[in-house]
Amino acid sequence: MTERHQHEQGVPHRHPLRPDQDDTLTYWRAMEIALRELLIEKRLTSADEVRREVEAMDNRSPVDGARVVARAWTDPQYQQLLLMDANAACEALGLERGLYKLIVVENTDQVHNVVVCTLCSCYPRFLLGLPPDWYKSRNYRSRMVNSPREVLREFGTVVPDDVVVRVHDSNADMRYLVLPRRPAGTDDWSEEQLAELVTRDAMIGVTFAAEP
Amino acid sequence: MTVRQAYPIGHVRTPYYIRGKSGVIERFCGTYANPEELAYARPGLPKQPLYRVRFRQADIWRDYRGQDGDTVDLEIYQHWLESA
Repeated sequence: MTERHQHEQGVPHRHPLRPDQDDTLTYWRAMEIALRELLIEKRLTSADEVRREVEAMDNRSPVDGARVVARAWTDPQYQQLLLMDANAACEALGLERGLYKLIVVENTDQVHNVVVCTLCSCYPRFLLGLPPDWYKSRNYRSRMVNSPREVLREFGTVVPDDVVVRVHDSNADMRYLVLPRRPAGTDDWSEEQLAELVTRDAMIGVTFAAEP
Repeated sequence: MTVRQAYPIGHVRTPYYIRGKSGVIERFCGTYANPEELAYARPGLPKQPLYRVRFRQADIWRDYRGQDGDTVDLEIYQHWLESA
C-alpha cells in the first residue's frame, strides 16, 4: 500500500496488484497438457471425458468411508468381512470396489493404527476422496514414520503408553483404511448417526472418532 | 526376513529407511506386476509375490522415542527379502 492510500478521502484509487496464482505452468503441467491434447486429437479420449473424470474424482468424499465404518460398528459379521476382504465389503454396500486391494486395520484398546505413504501420497481415494495437503507433505511423510507419537500429539491425539502405535507405510500396491474405535455412549445410536462421528482424519488414523 | 541393502537406480518401492532392516512377515498380499518394470512401460512379468512385513520401530531408528511395542508395516516385494 502506498503512503497516500487513504480510504476516508473517498477518491477512486488503485490497490496494489496481487499476482494471479493460475500461472504455474511447470514443466510437468506443460507435459500433461501436451499429452492430453494429443490424445484428444487422436480421438483416444475427449475433453468431456477428461472433465467428467476430474469431476468424479473431486466428488468422492470421506462420506463413503464413514458409511463403511458405521456399518462395521453395528454389524459384527460385516466387520469380519471388512477385515478379511475390504474390497468385497465396500461392494456389499453398493460402493466402488476400488482399483487397489484395500486393507482395513482395526483400532483396539491395545493398538492404534495410522497410515502414511512415505514414497508419495497413496491413499484410498475411492473411499475418502482426495488426500489432504498435509498427507502429501514431506513433513508428515518423513516424521510420521519415525516420530509417530509426536506427530499424533500435534493432531491432538495422545496415545497412551500401553497402547502400541502401528504405522502402516502404504509404499506399494495396497491401500489402507483405519477402523477407529466406536466412541463410548453411542450404544443406541443408528448407523446414520454413527457415520457422522467418523471423520476423514479418524480413518487415516491421526485422530480418534469424534465424541458424541 | 531382512530387506536387501541395495541401491539400484529406478522406480523402487522399497524405501531407503527400511533397507538392511529385519522384520517378520505379517501377511502375503498376492502377486503383482513388478513396479520397477511397470514404471518403464515394460510388462513387469512374471508377477512378483508381495508381502507385508512388520518391523519394530526400535530396530529401525536408533533414537526412537516411542514405546517398545511400536511397529511399522511395509509392503516388500519378494526379490527384496532375504531370510534373516
